[in-house]
Formats: sequence, structure tokens, C-alpha cells
Amino acid sequence: MMPYSSLSDIQSRLNSGKSTAVEVAQLYLDRIAAYNDELNAFVHIDAADVLAQAQASDAHRAEHGARALEGLPIAIKDIFCTSNGPTRCCSNILDDFHAPYDAHVISQLKAAGAVLVGKTNMDEFAMGSSTETSAFGVCRNPWDTDRIPGGSSGGSAAAVAAALTPAALGTDTGGSIRQPAALTGITGLKPTYGRVSRRGIIAFASSLDQAGPMTRNVKDAAMITAVIAGHDAGDATSVSDAPAIDWLAACDAQDMKGLKIGKPSEYFVDGMDAEVRESVEAALKQCQDLGAEIIDISLPHTKYAVAAYYVIAPSEASANLSRYDSVRFGHRCDDPEDLLDMYTRSRDEGFGAEVKRRILTGAFTLSSGYYDAYYLKAQKVRTLIQQDFIQAFEQVDVIATPTSPIPAFKLGEKTDDPLTMYLSDIFTIAVNLAGLPGLSQPCGFANNLPVGLQWIGPAWREDTILSAAAAYEHATDWSTKTPAGFNGNGDAS
Amino acid sequence: MSWETVIGLEVHCQINTDTKAFCGCSTAFGSEPNTQTCPVCLGMPGQLPVLNTLAVDKSILTGLAINADINLESKFDRKNYFYPDLPKGYQITQFTVPIVEGGHIDIVSKEGVKKRLGVTRIHMEEDAGKSMHEGLDAVSHIDLNRSGIPLMEIVSEPDMRSADEAIAYLKQLHQIIRFLGVSGADMEKGQFRCDANVSVRRTGEPFGTRTEMKNMNSFRFIKQAIEFEVVRQIEIIEDGGKIVQESRLWDSVKNESRSMRSKEEAHDYRYFPEPDLPPLRVSQAHVDAIKDSMPELPGQLRQRFETDFNLSAYDADVLTQTRATAEWYETLVAAHPADPKRCANWMANELLGRLKEAGKNLASSPVSALRLAALLDRIADNTINGKSAKDILDDMMVSDDSADAIIESKGLKQVSDSGAIDAIIQAVMAANPNQVEGYRGGKDKLMGFFVGQVMKASRGKANPAMVNQRLKALLNG
Repeated sequence: MMPYSSLSDIQSRLNSGKSTAVEVAQLYLDRIAAYNDELNAFVHIDAADVLAQAQASDAHRAEHGARALEGLPIAIKDIFCTSNGPTRCCSNILDDFHAPYDAHVISQLKAAGAVLVGKTNMDEFAMGSSTETSAFGVCRNPWDTDRIPGGSSGGSAAAVAAALTPAALGTDTGGSIRQPAALTGITGLKPTYGRVSRRGIIAFASSLDQAGPMTRNVKDAAMITAVIAGHDAGDATSVSDAPAIDWLAACDAQDMKGLKIGKPSEYFVDGMDAEVRESVEAALKQCQDLGAEIIDISLPHTKYAVAAYYVIAPSEASANLSRYDSVRFGHRCDDPEDLLDMYTRSRDEGFGAEVKRRILTGAFTLSSGYYDAYYLKAQKVRTLIQQDFIQAFEQVDVIATPTSPIPAFKLGEKTDDPLTMYLSDIFTIAVNLAGLPGLSQPCGFANNLPVGLQWIGPAWREDTILSAAAAYEHATDWSTKTPAGFNGNGDAS
Repeated sequence: MSWETVIGLEVHCQINTDTKAFCGCSTAFGSEPNTQTCPVCLGMPGQLPVLNTLAVDKSILTGLAINADINLESKFDRKNYFYPDLPKGYQITQFTVPIVEGGHIDIVSKEGVKKRLGVTRIHMEEDAGKSMHEGLDAVSHIDLNRSGIPLMEIVSEPDMRSADEAIAYLKQLHQIIRFLGVSGADMEKGQFRCDANVSVRRTGEPFGTRTEMKNMNSFRFIKQAIEFEVVRQIEIIEDGGKIVQESRLWDSVKNESRSMRSKEEAHDYRYFPEPDLPPLRVSQAHVDAIKDSMPELPGQLRQRFETDFNLSAYDADVLTQTRATAEWYETLVAAHPADPKRCANWMANELLGRLKEAGKNLASSPVSALRLAALLDRIADNTINGKSAKDILDDMMVSDDSADAIIESKGLKQVSDSGAIDAIIQAVMAANPNQVEGYRGGKDKLMGFFVGQVMKASRGKANPAMVNQRLKALLNG
């Protein structure tokens, strides 16, 4: 079996009896053993647990037949609570935390027969765009290990890109699935807010967080989403009457006849990488060849998205992270003198600089006297951004943009400049503020580094963007490109 | 110029649901610490709240009972502060748009003056856990069984002008809540707790600076605390000082209050909309259905008792203190319909008094409404007199015998035969010639003496009405 197989390829092998789940699991465990030191994509691996799950899957297949993801390995971002192993959100504040429960989506994956292959690296509490704020060290991009894999789901992205796993789960609050997918040349889907339960996913910004798949291709993303999507009575924001989608059928599209693609001027701007722009322009040209109509549109409030996001997300985070107070679980400082000392020292020792920066920002923007000027104003901007999209979708079926203005940057290049770092999510953030589905897929290379094409759909129309992405993927070979150095084809052209 | 007291009250009332506000944990009182907890109410990572709709319905019912407006869309907010018994580091509450707004509670003062007191709002929120420091050396313990228990906070307008009015408001609110069955409202268990905002002003002036007396759970302490605070504030102002806006704690042992924290030290709670809970929407039809299920309220019941049973305001009040009391009375009247007033007297004065002495209540009363009615029947048909009936009731409290059986066994049947009564009267007159002469000489008051003597000679069995009538005839004859 080839390591760079898609989930559906592996599923076929398993179904035909050419491979067992244990063999598949062993292949990826071997690759993790060989390459993880170089990439630091995984922060926790328990090989015995992985093989035990694979054995159980083979037994289930033999006895009851195969379930939707029977025997398929899926890596899990360290933000998902799992009853297997530790869940630390790559933070020292959760230095010895073992969740006594599975996140809802983890339960869904297990019930579908998936094999969980460990926890992947991420920015601490998902706060970052480069996986450099992880308490467990930086993660590296398989296409150039001097560069970052994007973030915050950088570990999941790097693991899929280097075929240490065929697929992974990530979360996306401001682009944390799509941006690392773009920077590592894989496919990542952020579903509509409310499509996937957030229960058991460690909260960063509750009104923005959404889980989704990171995969080798579009169909694999649909396969996983089909399993994790759906109403969960345990999450009041998971929507009970969301329109159902035939996830796999949406991926059968081979052309774009009649599809109206919006091209927002605000996403093709000066200052973005020229090769990125060229790649995306070329992709849109190809869509035209596939029968799509490209329509120039405007999303006029886009320029306020980053500012609004960096008020709303830290505000919610400042409250969400209050529970890490060292009282019931997590890191506690040695010999606290009193309660205040326990709180301040435990949190000072447990949280990294970026997390502290966001807690302080959020506490400030919510504080008495500043609330109206920041939080309330940001919520109004959010409404305007939502309206931009609603108006755009009266004209077009789907919107196409670059996922990131730049390809993967060098490790340490932006760590001293938070504001520049924040701008790397400039094209992904508005989608979270509007609660819309977004997908990134590879569409070329800039300076031999992968470039991502972002598809944005109306709420609940993941099928539209899956179809567009599937048709594009069918007509191109970008998703088959793999990095050199990890038994990949090394073809960046 | 005279001083006027201004009081506003905030009541935290536990909503009596079987499970907590945002998770499925039990709300049962008195369990071992931390046995009624789960990842949600422990504030574990990734856990989310799911609203208990029964708590919503009970809040709506309470709002309707005080004639308030129900907001068909209300919101939840996070109130942020750090404390070890607050697992998430924030409390889920309703800050900007509560489920209930407006409404009022009517009270009657001791002088019989009616007054309408405004309610500002009722909002839902969750309780925190309990911190325990006493008897522990250099550590504190935390019990999170209470964490996440649903509360209603009922906030009044600053309409009370005395501690007595405040207590009357609280008692009326307490009674309504118990009648509605929305809370056990057991003050000893902390299910009905009160913060009192108190200020003073000279009559006609704007409101003075207020202080807040926190977390009191007894009507007596609340009254003491308010009265103490009023005196304290007036003394400070009359001495030329200024009231500091602060929270104060009532020490019921020392009978004094002390400062908890001043306004400068007050928390900035950084309220913002709770992103884990969508806005709470209820339909008008749902509100109407709750309205239709509204039980009779204390005020309506009192009015009905006064009208239908011709009771005094006092008796009606006593007999409607709880729904169980009122139901007991109605059962009694149904069994003894001839004289609801007699039923009220015997239940309120005789039975409740005996039960109190015996350390019992209506629920544990050895005398049922039907047994009491059978006794009242014997008074009505002149079989026994009131004096005997009281003795019989004493016996009934300690035996299972019926009134008739006790009358029979003790020979307490009333003597209503005029011949027999005349014979006793004549014997009494013969034994007391001086008093006969005195009465006939104009000392009318001696009638009481003769009644007493005759009743005594009949061993209490003579029909008192007939004794009166025959005494007058024979003494004047």
C-alpha cells in the first residue's frame, strides 16, 4: 500500500481484503516513528492503543461488516477531548489533563469504526497561525522544514501532508483548518457554524469555533464530515433543523456548468504574494473552462474583519479560559501563599505569551467603559460582514478566493510581530464571523510552496463548495502533489 | 425634617427542578459533597450548557403570578469573576434581557393599609458551589453539588419604606412562590435568600447612597439588619458624615453588620452575551398555556374565603398561609357545610393551637378534617356544648376514638331538658340566697356567677343557652 493513499483508496483496500486495519495502522505508525521527530506533527502517540483500536475494527468488520470509516486512521488535533490519552490543547496549563470523556465528534468517529492515531500539534489553545505557540515545540512544514505549516491546526496539516496519517481532524476559529491546509497542500473543510457539535472540543471562541476534516482530497473531507455532522442535543448551538446533505454525492461533480462563482475584489489586493495571486487567477480561469461563470463581486466590509475578529475572539476566549484556575484540574504552582497567588502564579506558569496576550485583550475589550467601543462595535461589524455575504449570494452560488495571501513563511519570521501574524488569516476570518462553510484545496505553488484556493458557500450549502472543489480537483492534479523527503513525489510544479 | 427609609430587595430563589439548570445532575439537598456533579457543572474543558426548560417554565409562571411581562426572547450572559466555587470562572445569568420584566406584589400593612410594590425583573441564573473554611487548617474545601442549580433572582423596585414593608413583601413573595410550587423556598436550606439595598433620605429629597446587605436567609435577620442599617446611616449623616456605597454582611450573632467591600473594590464583571446558548425564545402560545395552568394564588384564595365563607380578613389570612392549610379547611367545610365560620374558629384557634403545642402540623395531625367535622356536627345539633367539645378534641388528639364514642363513653351529652336544668338552678339558688337577693336588688353581673355554678353542678353538660334562658326566668320570677 502507498502511504499517500486517500481515505477512499484505503477503504477500498480494506473492503477488498487486500489490507487489514492493523496493517494500515502499522504503516502509519512506522511513518510517524520515522518522521515525527523531524516534523513534530504529533504530540502524543500510543502505538499499543492505535493497534488495539485497529484490531477491534478488524474484528468488527469480520463479525458485523464495515461501518462508514471502518479501520481508517484519523489523527486528532490536541483540542479534542479524548478518553484515549491526554488532552492538553498544547498548553502547559493542562499539563497532566486526561479527559474522562470523548468529544461528541470523537464518539461519532469511534462509532463509525475510525482508528484514532494520536494527538496532533497546534498553537496553544488554537491561538496562532503557525503552530509556533505550542507548548510542545514548533511544528514544521513537510514542503520545507524551515517553514511553518500554518496554524492553528498545523500538526494535523503537516501529518496529512507528509502522510503520517491519511486524514486528520482540525478546528477552525479564524482559518485554523483552511490556512494550514493551504500552506501544506492538502484539503480542509470548515463546515457551517452549528453543523458539527462543539461539545468536548476545548473552547477558544465559542461563537466561531467549528471542527472539520483535513484530508488528501475533497471526497475524503466529505466522508469524514458526513460522520461528524449532525445535531447534538448536548450543544445548544448545534442546529437541529439544518438542511441535510448527500455529502458523497456532492463530490461526484466533474464540471461546473452553470455555476456562478463570485470573485471578490477585496481578496485580490496589493501586497499579497504575486505567485499566490497568479495561481488563484489561473484556477479561476480553469473553472471558467469547466463551465463556470466568474462574476466580480464586492464584500465591502472585509477590511474590518480582522479587527472585529481580534475583539470578539479574545473576548470570548478570556471567559472560556477562566476555568483553567488550577482548582479542579490542570497545572497548579508549587506552594501557593494564598488564593490570589495560586491563581496568578498557576496561570502565569501555565499559559504562553500569545494566550496571555489574548486573555488580556479580551478582558480589556469587555471591561466596563470599553465594552460599547470594542465588543459591541465589533458585533455590529460582524453583522455587516454577514450581510455582505448574504447580498453576494443573491448573485452567485459560491465565492472563490485565495486561502492565504502568502505561502508558508519561515519559522520565527513573524513570532515577534503579532499584528503581522494576525494578518495571515485575513482571507479566512470573515467566513467564521459570518458562520459560513469554507474549503481550501491546493491549486498550485508559489516559490515551490503550496497555494490554497478557498471556496466559500452560503450557510448549510457545503454541497455547493464540495461540488465546485471536486470538479476542480477532477480537472487538475494539485492534490496528488506530495513533498519530497517523506517518500513523496517531490513534484512542486 | 424626618427621615425616610428606602429599601429595594433582591431575592435569590432556587427553582425546584429535579436536575440542574444546564446539566442532568440531581438537585437533591444534603448529599455527600461533590457527589452530584458532572463534567458540565464541574466546568471541565469543552463542556457546554444545555438549558433546563422546566426552569424556564417555572420562571414564566412566577412572572405571570405577579402580573409581569414575559419576554418572548430573552438572553443569557456571562458574569465573569474568579472564585474557587465558581468552576467556569463565570456565572451564566440574564443581564441584558431577562425572561420577566415588571410586575408587582400587593401587601397589607399591620394597620390594614394596602400598598402595591413594584418588581423590576426576574432573571434566571445558576448557583455557585459552596466553599468551606471552618475547622480546616490552611486549606479550604469546595462542594460543587450546588454548582449549576437553577435560581430565579427577583429584583424589586426601591418601593419599601420600612423594614416591616420589606418583610411583608418578602412574606407575600415567599407565599406566592410556595403556592405556585416553583420553589421549596426553604430558607434554612438557602432556597430563598435575600439581599437588601437600604438608603435613607430626608423626606422629599432624592434617594440617598445605598448599601447592600448580602445573603440573608431569615425574615427576622432581614428585619434586624435593615433596622440596624437605617440607624447606622442616619447617625453617620447626622454626624456630618457620608454613606459609603458598599456591600455589608449581617452578623446575626453580634446583631451588627460589617463592610464586605466598597464600590471601589467592586468587581467589573465584564458581562457579555453567552455564546454557548442561543437567545431563549418562547411562544405566546406556550406562555398562554402556562397561564392556563396557573393555580389559585394566595390573594385570590383569601378573597374567596372572605366572600364565600364569610370569614374575617384575619381568619382568611391564617387559613391560606399554605395551599395545604387552605385545602384542609375546604375539606372541613365540605364535611361541615352548615357553619364555615365555626369550621374556621375550630381549625384556626383550637386545632392549630393544639398541633403547635404537640409539635405537629396539619400534615401530621392526629385529627383529620373529617373527624373534626363530626365533632362540629355534635355542637351544631346541640348534643354537646363548646366546653365539652374542647375536652373531646383534647382526647381526640391522643386517641383514635370518634367524637361520638368519646361523648358516649364519658357521658358528655348535653342536658337540654328544661325540667332537669330547672332542678339544678333551684338547687343553686337555694345554696346561694345572698347572691339571689343581690341579683334581684339590681346586681346584673351576678348572672355570670349563677351560669358558672349551674354549669359546674351539671359537670359541664348543661346546654349553656338553655341555662341562660332558664336562669333569667327563675331569678326574675
